[in-house]
Amino acid sequence: MSPRRFNVLYQLDWPTLLVVLLLVVLGWLNIVSATAEAEVVWDLSGKAGKQLIWMGVCACVMAGLLAIEGEFYIRTSVLQYLVILALLTAVLVVGKKVGGARSWFGVGSFGIQPSEFAKTATALMVAWFLSRHGRPWRTLATRLQSLAIIALPAGLILLQPDAGTVLVFGGFVFVLYREGLSGNVLLLGVSALVLAVLTILFGANESWYPFVGTDTGFWWFLISFAVFGTCTLLLTRAATLPRYRKRTTLWGTLILLGGMAFSTGLHLGMEHILQRHQRERIHVLFGIDVDNPDADYNIRHAKAAIGSGGWTGKGWAQGPMTAYGFVPEQETDFIFCTVGEEWGFLGSTGVVLLFVFLILRVLHLGERQRSPFTRIYAYAVASILFMHVLVNVGMVLGLAPVIGIPLPFFSYGGSSLMGFTLLMGILIRLDAERFSVLR
Amino acid sequence: MELNGRDLAKRQRIVGAIVLGVGLLFVIRLFQMQVTTDEWKNRAERLTEEQEVLQPARGLCLDRHGDLLVTNVPSYDLMVVPRHMAGIDTTALASLVQLDRAELERRLAKARRYSRYKASPLMRQLSAEEYAALSSELWRYPGLSIRTKPVRKNVYGIASQIVGEYREVDREDMNRDSRYRLGDYKGKSGVEAQFESDLRGTPGIRHHLVDVRNNVRNTLTDMDSLPVTGADVTLTLDADLQRYAEQLMEGKRGAVVAIEPATGEVLAFVSAPSYDGNLLTGTSRGAAYDSLAKHPWKPLYNRAVRGTYRPGSIFKMVQGLIAMEQGSISPRTHIDCNRDIIGCHGGHTQDDLRRAVVHSCNPYFYEVMRRMVNQHPDKDKFDNARLGLGWWTERIKDFGLGTDLGGHIPGTRLGLVPDTTYYNNIYGRRHWTFRTIYSISIGEGELLATPLHMANLAAIMANKGWYMEPHLIRDIGGKGKPESLQVRHEVAVSATHFDPILDAMQAVIEDKSGTGRRAYTPGITTCGKTGTVQNRNKADHSVFMALAPRKSPEIAVSVYVEYAGAGGDWAAPIAGLLVEKYLHGDVPNTERERRVMGATYPLDPQFAEVEPTQPAP
Repeated sequence: MSPRRFNVLYQLDWPTLLVVLLLVVLGWLNIVSATAEAEVVWDLSGKAGKQLIWMGVCACVMAGLLAIEGEFYIRTSVLQYLVILALLTAVLVVGKKVGGARSWFGVGSFGIQPSEFAKTATALMVAWFLSRHGRPWRTLATRLQSLAIIALPAGLILLQPDAGTVLVFGGFVFVLYREGLSGNVLLLGVSALVLAVLTILFGANESWYPFVGTDTGFWWFLISFAVFGTCTLLLTRAATLPRYRKRTTLWGTLILLGGMAFSTGLHLGMEHILQRHQRERIHVLFGIDVDNPDADYNIRHAKAAIGSGGWTGKGWAQGPMTAYGFVPEQETDFIFCTVGEEWGFLGSTGVVLLFVFLILRVLHLGERQRSPFTRIYAYAVASILFMHVLVNVGMVLGLAPVIGIPLPFFSYGGSSLMGFTLLMGILIRLDAERFSVLR
Repeated sequence: MELNGRDLAKRQRIVGAIVLGVGLLFVIRLFQMQVTTDEWKNRAERLTEEQEVLQPARGLCLDRHGDLLVTNVPSYDLMVVPRHMAGIDTTALASLVQLDRAELERRLAKARRYSRYKASPLMRQLSAEEYAALSSELWRYPGLSIRTKPVRKNVYGIASQIVGEYREVDREDMNRDSRYRLGDYKGKSGVEAQFESDLRGTPGIRHHLVDVRNNVRNTLTDMDSLPVTGADVTLTLDADLQRYAEQLMEGKRGAVVAIEPATGEVLAFVSAPSYDGNLLTGTSRGAAYDSLAKHPWKPLYNRAVRGTYRPGSIFKMVQGLIAMEQGSISPRTHIDCNRDIIGCHGGHTQDDLRRAVVHSCNPYFYEVMRRMVNQHPDKDKFDNARLGLGWWTERIKDFGLGTDLGGHIPGTRLGLVPDTTYYNNIYGRRHWTFRTIYSISIGEGELLATPLHMANLAAIMANKGWYMEPHLIRDIGGKGKPESLQVRHEVAVSATHFDPILDAMQAVIEDKSGTGRRAYTPGITTCGKTGTVQNRNKADHSVFMALAPRKSPEIAVSVYVEYAGAGGDWAAPIAGLLVEKYLHGDVPNTERERRVMGATYPLDPQFAEVEPTQPAP
C-alpha cells in the first residue's frame, strides 16, 4: 500500500462510471415506456418503480464497493467463489421454479438469482488463480484447474437450466486467450461455429438431397463431409513437402474425424437433448420451416418492433408495438426492441456504441494495470459484458437464437443490475488503486 | 511455444477487434432493418393498426318521377364477443333468441374459433320486431351487442328483376376486388350490380391502434377519411305503371315492356311471374331463392330480354314498310289471298295493304316477300334468293330486330334474323331458294325476337321511322344520360309509309271485326297489332303490340302472355289497360280489368289439359 494519502474519488475512472450511469438511466427510461401501459410510473410497486428502488440500492452498493480497499476483494475471492458454488447448489434444491428453470431464491416479493452473482465471483476467482500462478499455461495441471474453476459454476447453472448464462461463461475464453491460451482455440471455436451452422442447415433441409426420405438429411451431409474432407486432405498431402507429410496426414485425419464427431454429436444433441422449443428456436433462426406456427412469434414481433423504428424512431413512450403488448418480455430480455422502435436507428446505434465503448474502455483499463489480478479481472468483466450484449442484441436482431439473458444495465431486474454493479464497482475500485500497486 | 508478456499484450488488439466487429455487425443489421427496408415497418403496422371501415350510405333507386323504388333500412345483427360469454346461461339465451340450444352452442363455438376477442355475428339481419324483443334483455349478456347495418328495401316490391340483388360478397368477389371484405354487401345482379361502383359510394376509414388483444387503444385521426354517400340511380320506370303491369301479369307467364317512344325510356318492364325482391334479403334468402330457382315457371328468368319468340303477324307490318320503301308494293296494291301456297284465316279474298294487315293475310305477305327477294330477273332463283335475302336482312336489322339494341340493359338476347350465311350453313351454298325460306315472310320460321325488340318496334311505329336505344337508367348522381342514349337511330323507311300501317293498326283496334278490340279504350286513339305465336300441341302465346295516342304517341308497349291463346284474347286487353293507366293515370274499375286481374290458367280452354297449371310464387 502506498504511504501517500489515497482519495479514491481522484483516481476513479469517470468515463466508465458515467457510461454505466448513462446506460442505467436510459435503460430505466425504456423500462418506464415498456411498462407504462399497465402501471403508473411513480408507483413504486410497479416495475419501473421497483427498478428505481433497485437503482437506488445499487448506487449505495456502488459507493460502498468503491470505498472498500481492493485488497479485500482479492483476499475474499476464494471465499466468494465457494459461497456462490454453495448458493448455486442450494438453488437447485430450494429454488423457486420460474419459467421452467430453478434459478431463483424467493425473498418476499423480490427474487434473487444467484447466477447473476456467480459471474462476478467466477471472474474474481479466475483472476486470483491465474495471477497467483504467474504463467499458468506452463503446466497441464494449472490449465485444467483454471478450466475447472469456470466449468464448475457453469455446470451448476446448466442444471437449472439456464443456457443463456452458461453461454456467458463461454466468454472466459477471451480471458484465457489474453493470458496465453493458444489462438488456435479461438480458431477452433470459429470453425466449430461454422460447422455447427452447416450441420443444422444441411441436417434439417431434406429437400436439398435428391434421393432421401425424412430424417436422413444429416447422414447425407456427414457422408458428403467425409468424402469432401478426405479429398481435401489427399490434395493437401500431395502439395506438402514429403518430410511434413506424416504430420499433415496425422493432423488432417484428426481434424476430419474430430469434425465428424462434433457434427454427429451436435446433430444427436439437437435431436435428443434439446427441448422442442429450443430446437425450434434454432431452426427459426436459420429460416427452416417449423411445424409450430407460434415458434417464431416472439422474434417476429421483436423484429417488427425494431424494424418499424426507422431513422429516428417513434419517440419515447410512443411505440405501439411496445405500448400495446406485442413484444414479449419487453422490459427484460427484449428491452432493446423498445429502444429500436422508439429511438430508431440513431438511438439504437447510440446504445450499441455505448456498449462497445464500455467494453473497449474496460479492456483498456485492464491493459493499463500493473497488477495481473486487476488485468485478468478486467478482461473477465469485458468478456461477460461482451457475451451479454452479443447474445441479447443478436437475439432481438434475429442473428442469434432466442436465448433469454438480460442486456447489462438496461434490462429490468434487480439481480441483474446488482450483479453488474458488483462487477463494475470492484473493477473501478481496483483500477483506482493501479498506481498504489507494486508490480 | 511460449509467448512472453509483450506478445500477449498484443492480443488485446484481437479481442478489441472482435468487440468492434460485433458492434459494427449490429449497426449494419440495424441499418438494414430500420432504414433500408419497410418490411418490418409494414409488419408492425399490420399488427398494430386496424382500419375501421365506415360504410357509406348506398345510393337510392328512384323512378322517373323521383319516387323511391329502393331505399336503405337498418337491419340488426346480434354480435358476440366470446371472451365475455363465460358462464352465461345458454338455455335462457337460446329461448331469448329463439334458437335451439345445440344450434346456439354451435354458433358460439364458431364465433370462438374466429376470435375470442373480436365480435362476430351470432344472428344476422334481425327484423325490427325481433330486435325490439331482444334489446330489453341484452344487458344480461355482456358479450352480446347489436350492430346495425343498412340493408336494401324494395319499397313496393316491384321491378325486382331489374333492381337485382344486393347481398353478401363471396370469396370470388373479394379476390376480384380487394375493396370488399368479409361481410360486405354488393350488388349481385340487375341495376344493383350494373351500377355498383356508383351506388356503393366511397367508404371512410378510421385508423385505430390496437393492442395485442385487439382492443382499440388509440385513434390516428390525421389519416381518417369520411364516407361519401353513393350516387342515386334514377330509373326510367314509372312506378305506378310498373306496379300495375305486375298486377295485371299476376298468375300468368310472359312479359311486358313499355317504352316512351320519343326518348327510348323504358316505362314498365315485367317478366312474369315476378317476385318481391324483399324476399331475397335477410335470413330467409336461402329458402326463398331455392323456391324461386326450382319453380317450374322460372321466375328468375327475365323473359322481357331473354325470352325469344317468333314475332308472328306483327312482323307483317315491317314487311309492308320495307316493301313500300323498295317499291314492290304501294298502299293500294291488291294481292290475291291464294291459300294454295300458304294457309290463311278469315273470309277475305283480295286485300290491299291496310286490310291485309288488319286481316293478317298470309298469302299477301308471302307475295310481298317474294317480290322483295326476287329482284333480279336476269339471275337464277338461287342467286336471286341469296342477293334478295341479303338486301332484306339489312332492312330488317334496321328495325333493331336480331341486333343488340344498345341501351346497356343487362342480359339481353339478340333474337334472330336469318341471313344468307345462316341458310348457307344449313342448306349449303346455292341449295336454297325463296321457296325454302318463305315462312319468314309472315314472321314465322327462324325469326326470333324478344319482348324488348317488339316494344322497340312499336316505338319505331310511333316515331314513324326512328328509335332511341331503349334504356332503364335516366340519371346517375346528377350526371345525366350518356350521349349514346340520345342518338336517333333512323330506319331507312320514309315517314309517309308509316301512315297506312298505322291506319291498319288503328283499324285492328277500332274495326268491328278487328282482332285487337279488347285493347280499345274510349278517348284514346290506340294503334295495335295482335300476334299469335303457335306452339305445337299447346295453347298459342298471346302477343300484342300497341302505341298511343296515335297523334303524338307517349307509350309503346309489347305484351306477351304465354300459352294464353290468340293475341286478342289476353295480350290486347293488358296492353289496353296499360295504355289507359299511363295516359289517364287511373283505370276505372271496368269489366276489362276484372277479367284480366282474375284470370288464371288455363287461359285458353281448348288446351286445358296441357297448360302449365302451377300457381305463381
